[in-house]
Amino acid sequence: MAARANAEGRALRPSAAWPAPAAPPPVRPRGRALRPAFSRTLTRLGPLAPAVVLLAVFMAAPIGWAVYASFTNEALTGVGAAGTSFIGFANFTRMFADPSFRQSLILTVVFTVGSGVIGQNVLGLLLALLMRGRNSIFRSVIGTIIVASWVIPEIVAAFVWYAYLNDQGTLNSALHFLHLPHPSWLYVYPMFSVIVANIWRGTAFSMLVYSAAMSSLPTDVMEAASVDGANAWQRLLRVTIPLLKRTIMTNLMLVTLQTLSVFTLIFALTAGGPGTASSTLPIYMYQEAFKFYQLGYGAAMTLVLLVIGAIFSLIYVRVLRVES
Amino acid sequence: MRHRHLLVGIATFGLVALGAAGCGSSGGSASGSKVVTVAYEDYGGDNQVGELMNKITPTFEKDHPGWKVQLEPIAAPENDYYTKLDLMNKSASTQPDVLYEDTFLINSDTDAGYLAPLDSYVNSWSDWSDFYSAAKTAVTATNGKVYGVPMETDARGLWYNKTLFAKAGLPVPWHPTTWAQVLSAAQTIKKKLPGVTPLQVYSGTPAGEATSMQGFEMLLYGTGETLYNHSDNKWVAPGSGFTSALNFIKTVYSTGLGPTPEQELNPNIGNIVSQQWLPEGKLAIDLDGSWLPSTWITGGPHPWPQWSTTMGWTSMPTEDGQGSDITTLSGGWALSIGTHAANKQMAWDLISLALNTQNATYYTEISGNLAVRTDVAAQPSYLKEQADIPFWSGLIKYTNFRPAYAVYPDLSNDIQQATEEVMTGQQSPAQAAANYDHSLTSTVGGSAVQGG
Repeated sequence: MAARANAEGRALRPSAAWPAPAAPPPVRPRGRALRPAFSRTLTRLGPLAPAVVLLAVFMAAPIGWAVYASFTNEALTGVGAAGTSFIGFANFTRMFADPSFRQSLILTVVFTVGSGVIGQNVLGLLLALLMRGRNSIFRSVIGTIIVASWVIPEIVAAFVWYAYLNDQGTLNSALHFLHLPHPSWLYVYPMFSVIVANIWRGTAFSMLVYSAAMSSLPTDVMEAASVDGANAWQRLLRVTIPLLKRTIMTNLMLVTLQTLSVFTLIFALTAGGPGTASSTLPIYMYQEAFKFYQLGYGAAMTLVLLVIGAIFSLIYVRVLRVES
Repeated sequence: MRHRHLLVGIATFGLVALGAAGCGSSGGSASGSKVVTVAYEDYGGDNQVGELMNKITPTFEKDHPGWKVQLEPIAAPENDYYTKLDLMNKSASTQPDVLYEDTFLINSDTDAGYLAPLDSYVNSWSDWSDFYSAAKTAVTATNGKVYGVPMETDARGLWYNKTLFAKAGLPVPWHPTTWAQVLSAAQTIKKKLPGVTPLQVYSGTPAGEATSMQGFEMLLYGTGETLYNHSDNKWVAPGSGFTSALNFIKTVYSTGLGPTPEQELNPNIGNIVSQQWLPEGKLAIDLDGSWLPSTWITGGPHPWPQWSTTMGWTSMPTEDGQGSDITTLSGGWALSIGTHAANKQMAWDLISLALNTQNATYYTEISGNLAVRTDVAAQPSYLKEQADIPFWSGLIKYTNFRPAYAVYPDLSNDIQQATEEVMTGQQSPAQAAANYDHSLTSTVGGSAVQGG
């Protein structure tokens, strides 16, 4: 714990020191004092400028545009494309009156909780626990296999799962051979299929996060617990998990935000179908913006997605109550 | 020391700023250069526009020394093609000079300010009088101006496999006059020829506009109901005809008369039907377009010389044989000029060369579509090329056009969604119709809708 606090303290320092140059300099004769202060500010700001400009151009500008567009009738064709005009909250009122939007909102939460919060997070923690204390050959072989699924590009992962789950895929061939029922998974259980595929793909991330955190846990506490007669289950519940609280929160937030925005995997596996049975918000948003040409309406949904992310984060902060 | 930091800082800042500025301008338009850009769809073996452009480019470049034709094929299925083209249209630096445009998008793209009016060009073009007036109407926007030169038109109806029909003991030639007769023929096929898909009707969102037009609207317009009332200028709320059309789709996909919904929802269903199922004798009846033989002719994506003897063609009946008992829909594509085209005269010269009598004949033959010029329709080579052409040309007098308004693409997507919900059994035809009603009202506004 002490080591962690230290590391974080150090990491904080540059930004904690950051306001100093901007603070008013000690009183000096006017005309001359301005120059060194200004040049010192510039000296320190200068090297940051590229990063600031890049952030402004590639991060802030698109977000700003999305906020702007969500209050307009911006479109790819038709009147909205020629003279874009402000339409107030019309996109939002239309959205909340739209049953398919409400459905995709629910599907998004199901997908995020199912594949991210429960699937990746719990499975990742479990794997990290199981890997702890094993010999290095075991760790590196199993670790490599798990991480491989995370390293391959998302579209490749999607194809792998398509090959596995489609009507004549590997899974159904095997089930057929065993004379077991072989439903067409992507069609009959679309949400289940994309959730499993996403757990497969993303678990490695959580596992890595937890493994890293566990390797820095103080061993003396663990030893003390053993000496006091705590069994493995008690050590996990009473020592390991409480010590990992901060990591759990960080991981939950990262996994939630990643899962909320999953597009490629779902699009390649089911394209949101059949019908709208697996149409999560990113898929629905894509359809509205690039198939129905309503860029403004699509942009408004991005804001909703942002709010959902914020709600999840608030819940985590509340539930886990991590003391700083 | 401090000075050096400062300099490095400023230099880096400057470089980044320059880089950012460079990004803005380097994509720049070809305004200064002597290039005419042409954007068209090139997907799944359908590259007839590319072939036409390749054929005329040497002539054009010889007639206009110093000028070059730059082809910008867009490899995307139909729906994505519209999206990509409109994304290009949004910026002056990426908009093509000449664009291959589906006529149903002419109004919305005109509203968007993407297309340049061509009245001054067509009015001084002697060939313009050779174009059918229906085709001219299709490229005229609601403001009365012409925004494209028609390349082709088409018709829709039933294709059936005569060999399979004979095997199943069904009459050849076949001329159903009600929906019930179509379905009963399909049931006979199902009973007599296991392994053959009896009937294919495009449904679901993956097939895009094919679902709306070859599928649902071919049914809807056969019930006497329409999507739009042209005399009152109002959209029509879904009525009993709408539900009947969805019921037909439900019957096809829930009673084993069609492909499985999963097969039908393959985004490549169009190519699978024309390049696999029909040539391989795996599909007996197909509600589809007049252009199918363009896939099968020599040089097409899937040459199949026996098509003209194996396949039969007939009109799609109305629901209960009402009216002339024939229903069909027509669409068509045109060449338009972008508003940002630097040299519109050059763009026009390219279009008028591409669609003169000789080249339009060439194009009509390789595309397998119906001619839009009287002189092309009279060419012996056109009529001889394909045995089915006179039949489809004869259907044009019964034809319906889609409501070519800016909101149509949006509603078309709602229709595709409705068919998908019905074919997958997620919703009943009545529920899907109610959903369409809801989207229709929210898209066009309640005052623009009248009862069905």
